[in-house]
Amino acid sequence: MKVELKDIYKHFGPVPANDGVTLSVESGTLHGLLGENGAGKSTLMKVLSGFLSPDRGKILIDGIPVRFFSPAQAVVLGIGMLHQDPLDFPALTVMDNFLLGDPSRFRLDRQRARSNLLELSAQLDFKLDPNAWVSNLSIGERQQLEIVRLLWMGVSLLILDEPTTAISSQQKDKLFAALHKLTDQKKTILFVSHKLEEVKELCGKVTVLAHGKVTGECKMPCPTEKLVEMMFGQIITVGKRSALPLDNSVLDLSHLTLNDWRLEVKDLSLQIRAGEVIGLAGLEGSGQHLVLKASAGLIRPKAGHIRINHTDMTGRPYHQFLEAGVTYMAAGRLEEGLIAGMTLTEHFALMERHPPFWVNWALAEEIAAQHIQEFKIRGQPTTTVEELSGGNQQRTLLSLLPPHSKILLMEHPTRGLDLESTEYIWEIFLNRAREGTAILFISSELDELLDRSHRILVFFGGRVRVLETPQVNGIRLGESIGGKGFES
Amino acid sequence: MGSGWVSPSEAKVLNHRVIRSDTRAMEWFLRSSAILVALALSAVILLIVGASPWDAFALIFSGSFGSSAKLAYVMTAWAPMLLCSAGLVVTFAAGLWNIGIEGQVVMGAVFATGVMQALQNSLPPNAVLLLAASAGFLGGALWGMFAGGLKLYGNVNEIFGGLGLNFIAGSMTVYLVLGPWKRPGIGSTSGTEPFSPSLWLPAFKGFQVSPIEVLIGLVAIVLMAVVLRGTYLGLQLKAIGRNQRSAFLMGIPIGRRMLFAFALCGGLAGLAGWVLVVGTSARHNLFPLISSGYGFLAILIVLLANLSALWSVPISFFFAAVVMGSLQLALQRQLDSSLGGVIQGLLVLSILMMQGLRSRLLPSKKR
Repeated sequence: MKVELKDIYKHFGPVPANDGVTLSVESGTLHGLLGENGAGKSTLMKVLSGFLSPDRGKILIDGIPVRFFSPAQAVVLGIGMLHQDPLDFPALTVMDNFLLGDPSRFRLDRQRARSNLLELSAQLDFKLDPNAWVSNLSIGERQQLEIVRLLWMGVSLLILDEPTTAISSQQKDKLFAALHKLTDQKKTILFVSHKLEEVKELCGKVTVLAHGKVTGECKMPCPTEKLVEMMFGQIITVGKRSALPLDNSVLDLSHLTLNDWRLEVKDLSLQIRAGEVIGLAGLEGSGQHLVLKASAGLIRPKAGHIRINHTDMTGRPYHQFLEAGVTYMAAGRLEEGLIAGMTLTEHFALMERHPPFWVNWALAEEIAAQHIQEFKIRGQPTTTVEELSGGNQQRTLLSLLPPHSKILLMEHPTRGLDLESTEYIWEIFLNRAREGTAILFISSELDELLDRSHRILVFFGGRVRVLETPQVNGIRLGESIGGKGFES
Repeated sequence: MGSGWVSPSEAKVLNHRVIRSDTRAMEWFLRSSAILVALALSAVILLIVGASPWDAFALIFSGSFGSSAKLAYVMTAWAPMLLCSAGLVVTFAAGLWNIGIEGQVVMGAVFATGVMQALQNSLPPNAVLLLAASAGFLGGALWGMFAGGLKLYGNVNEIFGGLGLNFIAGSMTVYLVLGPWKRPGIGSTSGTEPFSPSLWLPAFKGFQVSPIEVLIGLVAIVLMAVVLRGTYLGLQLKAIGRNQRSAFLMGIPIGRRMLFAFALCGGLAGLAGWVLVVGTSARHNLFPLISSGYGFLAILIVLLANLSALWSVPISFFFAAVVMGSLQLALQRQLDSSLGGVIQGLLVLSILMMQGLRSRLLPSKKR
């Protein structure tokens, strides 16, 4: 099955996630779709699989224009998608999950379905026990189940969205082998990834997406440098996290006990190095805010020590933390950050670290105008902050962060921002990290946590687990946030 | 510190939002109707006490502007109002209700009187006046810092702290007037022994007002306007007033800045106290209630001026005119001069009510 996407547009708010994407996938090939996070890959694939309707553009199957409005309709047309996080029912058995997608008959033919399941699994060298509970399966096995299920439903274009982030290397090998077998059977595979090596290993042709547009297409083998350039433009660093220098710890929490009226974080020890990015995950109010506030000098620990650059700062006032290079950005924009009734110019004037007696209003306005442009704030230097929209308030807050902090502590730094702004802001953060700023941020976005952090601290009812990001995936992180691994 | 009061500058933000929503005409309509409502209500009250409203208003006008001497009286009442307003503009900017200003005026007068009594026979008059002015400033500043200290370290809301300190200052004058500083032989609440005319502020011949006191008041207003508009100090005070938490997180030393605002306001109020002792129309001594409500009046003036220093200049002048003009009600019509106070109060209330109505009628545009 040959699939063509023509001039696909999809906007979220004012920002295009897909900005005129044209892509053609030949029948029976393994086609790679490569791009950074936020490049628009997932949006495009959701359009192709019926989760999203494009604002504009056409989809052609074997040259015939088609329209569909749900994933179910897409499946009927032969397009199926394997999501990054499997969309299955962990509380049901493999067999039940397998049957669930089948809309064709009223009465279930369990016997026939069972033999189909086993047959398809065997073909692809998957080992699926129909009676097992899905909640007991690994992510890799759940993917296998999903693939088998989609094939059984007659899918001939299979979209895989970042399928390898969550599975072991043996499962990855098995998956790749299965994909090759499927192309031999004239199935078409669209493999979405931001991992260069996998795409090179697996695909016959690759299309690169960046900022919602196709930036290049390449038949394999293709030199890595070329792919990188198509992905990142001129920047020649691969990987989103900054390389981590193994040297000095800038923030040292030792045996820290923190509490407020309903929660206690007990005996937390953690060393954060210069340039390290740490994500703080957890349901709202699980203790992550206590750690952030204590690190900022805003609450006194009940026990333990906080050292900044090897100086014991325990119990010192907030302004000494500020002087030591700690910057704290709270989540409440107009409550704990901006000052309603004051203009952008006044805000930038206030950020002057060593203010002289007189305010240089001309200079402050110039600085404000610069930041407005740089951070794409929709407002004038004379606009008061409460007149700005939420996203623009967020951008203002971020633009006010002092440029040379040693430790940056942030609550939900990109909340309310569109994809493009989020990317831009993180580019700035990661540049700071490369210059040696340690970053701790609270986020409820799993992607953001996984993509940006070197380590993730997961908080659950005041207890803390440390996850190393390359080894953790969205599901494990999500489960962990939900309390898995905190038993005992 | 995190009290539930709406700070004056937060209230201003609310007003501000509305003003921007291009409804200037509505604005003027409400303002002028506020004055009309105040006049109408005053007329009703005058009718109730059996006076002709038109006659009363005319008397107030001629009582304040009828002759150069009367205008001079208005000017002498204006000076302390200007000083108090100048100080309050600062505390209001920082979000503080400096109700203690009345006591700060009193303490300025007490300190000034003390210095003058101690030095009047040993130093030339000008030096004594100057030292007394500094002492007055210092006395008021100290009293202001007490209110600030109570707020910052004792967690006492500045409104209650200020009220308490007003009582103490008032009682202290009574004690001083009847006790240590009593007139030789007499010792009545009419006050201490008046100072000799050499210790009065010099006035123009035939125009009973000293240029010095009005000038000090105007200079104070302009200075405070400049401080708030052009300096980091002013900017930081405004930031504190509008959002203490954000200001704190930005690293502004809010405690120190608040104390400074209290001290500055208290100092200017203390200077007003000095004017009330040495000014041209003063009684030239210390007596109980010397502050005469000028501090409280200034609170209303600054609120009506929407916390603007420069706007409080004409408004305080108007108030001074009403205060002085209504004295004629007593002198010529046997009505109590406190009717002037009633008229002022009605004016303030109706304007504040219009501001309240405005924010209800013109819902604020958020974003």
